[in-house]
Amino acid sequence: MTASAPPATQNQMALSIRAVLRWELLLIVLVIAVTYINSRLSPYFLEGRNLSRAARDFMELGIMMLPMVYVIITGNIDLSVASTMGMCASLMGLLFMNGTNIWVAVAAALLLGALAGLLNGLLIAKVKLPALVVTLGTFAFYRGMAYAMLGDQAARGYPASFNYLGQGSLGATRIPFSLLLLLVLAIIFGFVLHKTTFGRYLFAIGNNEQAARYSGVPVDRIKIIVFMLSGLMSALAGIVLAARFGSTRPDIGTGLELAVITATVLGGISIFGGTGTMIGAMLSLLLIGLVRTGMSLKTIQGQVQDIVIGLLLILSVMLPSIGRAFANWRGWSQHFSVAGAVRVLLVIVGIALFVVFFLWSRSVAGVSEIAVHGFL
Amino acid sequence: MIASRQGSTVPKVPNIMLLLIRFREVGILFFTLLLILVASIITKQGFLTVDNFQDILLNISILTIVGLAQMMVIITRGIDLSVGSTIGLVAMMVAFTMVAFPDLNPVLALLLGMALGAVLGSINAAIITWGNVPPIIATLGTLSIYRGLTFLYSNGDWINSFEMPKSLRQLSKGTPLGVPNLILIAVAITILIFYFLRFTQAGRDIYAVGSNPDAAKVAGIRVERIIFMVYVLSGILCGLAGVLWASRFESAQTNTALGFELQTVAAPVVGGVNIFGGSGTVLGMVLGAFLLGVINNALTIVQISPFWQLAVQGLLILLAVIVDSTVMRRLKTMNTEGGV
Repeated sequence: MTASAPPATQNQMALSIRAVLRWELLLIVLVIAVTYINSRLSPYFLEGRNLSRAARDFMELGIMMLPMVYVIITGNIDLSVASTMGMCASLMGLLFMNGTNIWVAVAAALLLGALAGLLNGLLIAKVKLPALVVTLGTFAFYRGMAYAMLGDQAARGYPASFNYLGQGSLGATRIPFSLLLLLVLAIIFGFVLHKTTFGRYLFAIGNNEQAARYSGVPVDRIKIIVFMLSGLMSALAGIVLAARFGSTRPDIGTGLELAVITATVLGGISIFGGTGTMIGAMLSLLLIGLVRTGMSLKTIQGQVQDIVIGLLLILSVMLPSIGRAFANWRGWSQHFSVAGAVRVLLVIVGIALFVVFFLWSRSVAGVSEIAVHGFL
Repeated sequence: MIASRQGSTVPKVPNIMLLLIRFREVGILFFTLLLILVASIITKQGFLTVDNFQDILLNISILTIVGLAQMMVIITRGIDLSVGSTIGLVAMMVAFTMVAFPDLNPVLALLLGMALGAVLGSINAAIITWGNVPPIIATLGTLSIYRGLTFLYSNGDWINSFEMPKSLRQLSKGTPLGVPNLILIAVAITILIFYFLRFTQAGRDIYAVGSNPDAAKVAGIRVERIIFMVYVLSGILCGLAGVLWASRFESAQTNTALGFELQTVAAPVVGGVNIFGGSGTVLGMVLGAFLLGVINNALTIVQISPFWQLAVQGLLILLAVIVDSTVMRRLKTMNTEGGV
C-alpha cells in the first residue's frame, strides 16, 4: 500500500526487529516476576547454595539448545539430540569400564556425536529426506545403540577430575563449572549467529532455501555443519550429565529432546525458520529454570511442572494472535456467524464437562484406592 | 543411467514403474515379504505360524488405530505429538472409573474414552485453528499438559491387573468371533477410515487441504473446519486406543504410552505417507504398521538380544525411508525423461 517497495520492506524489517525486542522484553519481565514470586514463596530460594544447585540441573538443556537454535532457524528440526546424548555417554562409559583413560573416552564420545550429526546432515542435505523423518529414525537408532553398548548395566566410578565437569564449582565460589562452560559456548554461538557470514546464511536458508541456494549460499554444506554441531553439543551435554550423575545408564536423558525444542521455541525462535536471537533463547532457558525451581521448592512433581511449561509454550506462540484479535475486535462483528459461535460454545461445554468428570471420577474412585499403594 | 535409457526406449518397463509410483504400497509389501522370508529361513519354525501372526496383529492393532489418526493429521500438513499423552490420560481416567463402577458395561467404557478423547482433541484443534499455533508446537505443549494431568489425576498412583474389573480386561482379549476383539476393532476402524477417506466429501477434502490449502480455500472448502475435524478425530481414536491399551496391558500407569507418538509417526512414514502432507493411503499406513510389527516380532524370534532391538528397528526404519525416497525419485526422473 506504500508508494514504493523498498520503504515497505524497511518498514517491515523495523517492525520485525521491534517485535523481537518486545519478545525479549516480555521474557525479561517474566523472569523478574518469577524471581520475585519465587523469593516470596520460599526464603531459601535466593540462597547461593540453592541457586547453584538449581542452576546445574539446566546446563545440559542449555548446551543442547545452542545448536538447536541454529537447526530451527534454518527451518529444520532435530529430534535425535537426546538419543545422541545417550549413545555418546554410553560409549564413554563403555570405554571407561574397559580400561580406557577417561579423557580418551570423552574424546571418543565427542567424535561419535559429530559423526551422528554428520549422518543426520548427509541424509537431510544429500539424500534430501525431511529432517523430521531422518531424526525420528536416528532417534530410535541412536538410543538403541546406547542400549546395545551398555545393556542393563550402568557405567560408574568415574575419577573426581571428570566429575568436576558436572559437579565442580569455580574456585571457592559457588558458581558451577558447567555454568561457565554454557556461558562461554553461548557467547560463541551467539557471536557466530549474529555477527558472521555463517550466521547470516543460517537466516537466509531459513527464510527461503531456494533463494539462498541461487544466491550462492552453500546450503547443503551449512546444513551438514549445523547438524554436526548439534551432534557434537549433544555429546558434550551427555558428558556433563554423566559427570553430574557420576554414572551413565543407557536411558540417560530420555525425553530431553522435547524440553530442548520447547526452550528454543519459547525463546522466540520461529519453528518455521528464519527468525530468532540467541539472547531470547538464553532468557527462555533462564525462565524455564526459574519456573521449575520455584515449583520444586513448593514440592510440585516434575510431571505437574510440565503442565505449566506446556501452557507457557502454547501461550507464547498464541500471544501475538490473541493481541491481534483484541486489537481488531471490530472485525468480529463482520466475521460473526451462528455456526462459529455454536462451535466455540461446544468446545467450551466439552472442556467444562471434562473438568467436571475429571474431578468427580477422581473423588469417587481415587481417594480410597490411592491409599492402597501410595508413595508412603 | 542404464535404467533411464531403457526408460526412454522400451515402453514396457515404464509401465511397470508407473504402477510402482501409483502403488507405493507394492514396495513396502515387497520389503515386508523379504523380511518374512529371511526370518522364516533363519528360524525354520516358529515364525510362519498362525499363532505368531495373530501375535503380530495383536501387537500392531493399537498402533494401527492411532497411526491412521496420525496419518489423517499428517495429510493436512500437520502432526499430532500429543497422541501418547492423550492415550495415557484417557486410559487412566477410564480405568479409575471402571474400578469405582466395576459393573459398568465395557462398551460404555469405550464410548466414555472416545468422548474424553474428543474433548482433548478439540482442545488441540482450537489451539491450532483459532489460536494460529503451528501443530507441532501446539501438540508439543499439550503432550506435556495431558501427561501432567495424568499425574495430577492419579496422584502418581496406578491401577494394576488385580484392581481392574474383569469386564475391562476381557474387552480386548475376548474372542466371541474366534479372533480377539482388539484385532476386530482395529480392522473395523481401518475399514471405516478407508471408506471415510475414499468415498466421503469430508474425507476427500482432507487430501485437498493437504495438497494445496490455498487452492482448497478457493475451491470452497472450509479449510479451518477440516483441520479442526482431523484433530478431533485424532482425539477420538486416541481415546478409543486408551481404553484398549488399559484393557490389553491390564494396567493404567502415569507412563502409559509414553513416547508412543514417535511410533505413530514412524508407521505412516514407513508406509509412504508424505510427511509434507497431501498424500498417503490407508493401505500404505497399515502395511507400514505391519512392517514395524514384523520387524519387532522377527527380532524377538531370531533371538537378537533385546538390547539390540531398538537399534535394529531404528536402522530398518531409516533404511525403508531411504530406499523408498531414492527409488521414487529415480522412477520420477525416468518417468519425465521417458516422456510418459
